[in-house]
Amino acid sequence: MSKKLKAAIIGPGNIGTDLLMKMKRSEWIEPVWMVGIDPTSEGLKRAEEMGIKTCATGVDGLLPHVIEDDIRVAFDATSAYVHAENSRKLNELGVIMIDLTPAAVGPYCVPPVNLADHAKNLEMNVNMVTCGGQATIPMVAAVSRVQPVEYGEIIATVSSRSVGPGTRQNIDEFTRTTAGAVEKVGGAKKGKAIIIINPAEPPLIMRDTIHCLTEGEPDQAAITESVHAMVKEVQKYVPGYRLVNGPVFDGNRVSCFMEVEGLGDFLPKYAGNLDIMTAAGLRTAEMFAEEAANGAITLPERG
Amino acid sequence: MNLNGKKVTLHDMSLRDGMHAKRHQISLDEMVNIATGMDEAGMPLIEVTHGDGLGGASVNYGFPAHTDEEYLNAVVPKMKNAKVSALLLPGIGTVDHLKMARDCGVSTIRVATHCTEADVSEQHIGMAAKMEMDTVGFLMMAHMVSPEKILEQAKLMVNYGANCIYATDSAGYMLPDEVTAKIGLLRAELPSSVEIGFHGHHNMGMAIANSLAAIEAGASRIDGSVAGLGAGAGNTPLEVFCAVLDRMGVESGVDLYKIMDVAEDRVVPMMDQPIRVDRDALTLGYAGVYSSFLLFAQRAEKKYGIQARDILVELGRRGTVGGQEDMIEDLALTMAKEKGLI
Repeated sequence: MSKKLKAAIIGPGNIGTDLLMKMKRSEWIEPVWMVGIDPTSEGLKRAEEMGIKTCATGVDGLLPHVIEDDIRVAFDATSAYVHAENSRKLNELGVIMIDLTPAAVGPYCVPPVNLADHAKNLEMNVNMVTCGGQATIPMVAAVSRVQPVEYGEIIATVSSRSVGPGTRQNIDEFTRTTAGAVEKVGGAKKGKAIIIINPAEPPLIMRDTIHCLTEGEPDQAAITESVHAMVKEVQKYVPGYRLVNGPVFDGNRVSCFMEVEGLGDFLPKYAGNLDIMTAAGLRTAEMFAEEAANGAITLPERG
Repeated sequence: MNLNGKKVTLHDMSLRDGMHAKRHQISLDEMVNIATGMDEAGMPLIEVTHGDGLGGASVNYGFPAHTDEEYLNAVVPKMKNAKVSALLLPGIGTVDHLKMARDCGVSTIRVATHCTEADVSEQHIGMAAKMEMDTVGFLMMAHMVSPEKILEQAKLMVNYGANCIYATDSAGYMLPDEVTAKIGLLRAELPSSVEIGFHGHHNMGMAIANSLAAIEAGASRIDGSVAGLGAGAGNTPLEVFCAVLDRMGVESGVDLYKIMDVAEDRVVPMMDQPIRVDRDALTLGYAGVYSSFLLFAQRAEKKYGIQARDILVELGRRGTVGGQEDMIEDLALTMAKEKGLI
C-alpha cells in the first residue's frame, strides 16, 4: 500500500495550480482531484492535462468520490466565504482540510512553529494564516522562544501583480488575521501587521521586515542563533527564504529583514508571498501523512 | 494666470503631515493650541492623526506621543467652525479605525492608496460613504504614472463612493505643467459633483506654484500646512499661500494676519528643525521619493555612515512607494556592508 495520502484541491486558480505542481513532486501527497465551479476554466483544463480528475460542480461534485478514491486531505484555495461549508462537508467524510483562505475556521498553522502539534492532535481543519504571516511569524517565534516578546510587528511588501482581487477587496482581513497570528502563533503579547503593495516593474520579490520588542535586554547571541536556525527550517520547504539583514539590535528592538523568492512553479519567482502559502500548505499535509505512516496518528476510519 | 473670483477650500496638514517632521511627538496641548488658532483664523478643514494615518503607530513609522483617539478627542470638541479630517491608508489602518474616528467626531475621511492601487480602498471608501462622511480618495505618489492612469484609478474610488479625489504629490516631484495635466484631466472627466484636490510638498520649491496650477486646472481643495510643517521640505505653507491667493483675488475664507500669527507664534516655536529645502529634502523631490523617508534616511546616515542622499536616490531608483520606511534601514545595512563599514 502506498504511504501517500490522496488529495483534492478546491479552486483551480493560480494558487491551486501552483499547489498541484508542487504536489506532483511530493513523496507524501498524491493529487487526485481538482475541483472548480466553471467548466471552461483554464485551471481545470491545466489540471486535466496534468492527468488529474476534475469536476466543475464544486465540492458537492467531489463528495460522491471521496470514499471511492480514498481522499484523505483537501486544500481549499477558494475564498473565505465558501470555506466553512466546504470544510464541514469534507470533514464529515473524514477529510482533513488545509485552509488557504483567510476564513480561519480552524487553528492557525505556521509549519516550523506549530505544525507538529496540529498533526499530533489530528486537527481536521488548519488555517494557513496569510502570506505575510507565513513569511514573518517564524521569525517572531524565533525571538519569542528565546525570551518574551512584548510587541511583534511585521511589514510585508508584495508586488502589485501578486495580489489578487480577493485580498484587495478585503485587505483589512490580511492585517487583522496576520496581527492575530503574530500573537497566537508567534508568541508576541501584542501583534501588528502592515501590508504594502508595490507596482514597480519588473515586479519586486516579496520583502518582509519583522520587528520584535523584547522584555528586557535582548540576548543577542541566543536570538541570532535562534533566528538562523529558524531560517533553515523554513528553507526546507521554501528554499528562497532569505535573511537579507539582521537580526539588528537597537535597545530592546530586534529587527530582521527577509526576502522570499518563490520556486517559480506556476507562479512567477517574485511572488514568494504566494509560493510560501502553497509550500506551507503542502508541508502541512505532508506532516499529517508522515505522522499517519509512522503510526503516531490514526486517520479517521473508513470501511 | 487669472484666478480672480475663484473659491478654494484650504485643508491644513500641520497636525498630520507635520507629525512626520515632529517624529509624531506633538503634545495634546500643542495640537489644541494650533488647531484653535487655525479655527479662529477661519481654516475650514484640519487633519489630525499619526503622520501615516489612523493606526500608523508602529516601530516602522514611529510610535506617537498619544493615540489617534486621544488627539482627536482633544481637538474635535474645541473646534467652533473648523471640521476635522482623518487619513487612512488601507494596509496600515482598518475600518475599525475609521469607525473610531467617526465616533470621535471626524467628518472627513481621506482614504489614501498608492496611485496604482486604488482597488484596496473599496471597503474603506464604501464604509465612509455609507456613514455619510465627506469621503476623499487620495492617490499618492501621483508623479509616478500618467494622467490617464490617475483618472482610471480615480474612477474606481468614485465608484466606491468618494465625493472628492486628490492627486497627491507625495514626493514633491511635480512641476506645474504636470499638475495642470493631471488635475485638468480629472476635472474634465469626473462628474462635476466630485471635487478635485491637490496635495503638494515643497521639496523642489514648487508647492505654491503647483497649488496655483491645480486651482487653475479645476481643483477646489488645496492641502497645505501652517508654516509648512510637514514631511520633507514640508507642505504648501498656508500663510504664504493665503497671501498669494489674497493678491490673486481667490477666496479662501482664511484671515491672512491670523494665520500668519498661528504660523509664527504657535507652529514655528515647536519645530525640531527648520522646515526648508535642505540637501536631503531636495533629493526627495529630485529623485521622486516619498517625503516622510527624510528623517529615517538621516537617522540611517548617522547610524551606518551612508549618506542620506545616496540612500534616497537608491530608494527612488528601486521604485519604493509610500509606507516602505522599513527599506531604509535595510538598504543602509546592505550599503554599509558593501562598503565594508560593518
